[in-house]
Amino acid sequence: MKRLALTGNEAMAYAMKQSKPDVFCGYPITPTTDILVTLAKYIANGELDCEFVTAESEHSVASILYGASSAGARCFTCTASQGLALMHEVLHIISGARLPIIIGSSSRSLSSPINVHGDHADFMDMRDTSFIQIFSENAQDSYDNFLQGVRIAEEARLPAIISSDGFITSHNLEAVEVLKDEIAYKFIGDYKTPFSILDIKNPITINPLSLPNSFMEIKKSQADAMRQAKKVIPKVALEYEKISGRQYGFFREYCLDDAKVAIVVLGSTAETAQLVIDELRNKGIKAGILALRVFRPFPAKEIMAALSNCKVVCILDRADAYSSLGGPLFVEVASALYKSKSRPILLSRIYGLGGREIDEEMIKNIFEEIIKINKGQKLNEFGYIGLKK
Amino acid sequence: MKEDKYFAGIIKKPGSSMTYKTYVWRDGLKPAWIKKNCINCLTCYINCPDHAIKVDKDGNMAGHNLDYCKGCGICAQVCPAKPKAIEMKKE
Ligand code: SF4
Ligand code: SF4
Repeated sequence: MKRLALTGNEAMAYAMKQSKPDVFCGYPITPTTDILVTLAKYIANGELDCEFVTAESEHSVASILYGASSAGARCFTCTASQGLALMHEVLHIISGARLPIIIGSSSRSLSSPINVHGDHADFMDMRDTSFIQIFSENAQDSYDNFLQGVRIAEEARLPAIISSDGFITSHNLEAVEVLKDEIAYKFIGDYKTPFSILDIKNPITINPLSLPNSFMEIKKSQADAMRQAKKVIPKVALEYEKISGRQYGFFREYCLDDAKVAIVVLGSTAETAQLVIDELRNKGIKAGILALRVFRPFPAKEIMAALSNCKVVCILDRADAYSSLGGPLFVEVASALYKSKSRPILLSRIYGLGGREIDEEMIKNIFEEIIKINKGQKLNEFGYIGLKK
Repeated sequence: MKEDKYFAGIIKKPGSSMTYKTYVWRDGLKPAWIKKNCINCLTCYINCPDHAIKVDKDGNMAGHNLDYCKGCGICAQVCPAKPKAIEMKKE
């Protein structure tokens, strides 16, 4: 296995190249532009044979890929933030038409006010689009998750988005272990489409008018596909482990086995928090982390099992749902824990919006709060981290 | 894996929309053709949004296909014949 110095974006582009897409269509947007640029270089250098289409907007990107994928092509794109939001209408059409288009992304805040930095607002904004949603903690994850994402999407017949933290992961250079091209492609395999609109011998109608007498069954079949994806993800992870030696699950647990206090977190902050856990463990405090990787399908049962021994759990959200109910991840984890017998006390803390710094000191403070609550002190259920007075 | 007949709502049989008789959308009125007034201009044919005006093999207006006529009344409205060759009547 080769070790390369790659940014998160470059790692994702490398995985895209090794997956040999038929069509890549894109429109540049910070902080994912490097994915598009790197892929264009591969094509210009002759390292990748792929139709590269530049569109006039992300809405068009998604629409072009809808067409190409309907014809049976393996299709990728990259986008984030406003670009992903502009695609929104078409994302539902892509997933409803069950086209396994894969988006490589590095998450960024949504306007207004305008801000180009990383948070998870764009990723959370698409949580009901029926895309498989996988998050990466670092550049290695970005590479590994993209390769697995292609397999998962194509097998589950649902589109997928593989994301990482904008700038923090997308732009930092890291050592990334990459597979040999042949091994990676053997894992990915040729894309087998179940239909093609260009197959004139077997004419079909896709995305048809469906009235009240058929719409619900079609939508239920789509929901079943997402349930089915939950079975596909561990299977693909196991196969991937065999060729890479790296293990992936719905989430990564750090010192969670015997933890009494824990945080749930998505993305690069998990690695920062790990340093804090080491320190707390040295002091004899049983603290742990659940670093979520797969957000859709949501691994509710598994999360419940992993957190059932905890007394207090703080869910960190790098996005707000503006529901007055806490962050979006908080709401989902709380739902997952409803059936738990032990019902840990849950806290929602919103952090890092628009790229606001989150450091070890801040995470230490969260744990101090959690520990106080564990000792019976009353604290606000909802709150922020790193908010100016 | 057994085939999912609801997969993406894909329709494999060409021409299947023929089986959906859209006349059920009609709301009380249907067009009636008064042949003796008709000047055979086919303005109704061009304007009908549901392709529910029949034209025979010689290209002549041949009445309505009431299976697909939604009763919108456009054909009666646009008919230039005097007196009109299409009238909307109670069902
Ligand atoms: S009433 Fe409307 S739908 Fe029916 S034939 Fe006339 S124009 Fe067509
Ligand atoms: S528009 Fe009136 S006159 Fe012209 S073809 Fe139709 S029914 Fe006849």
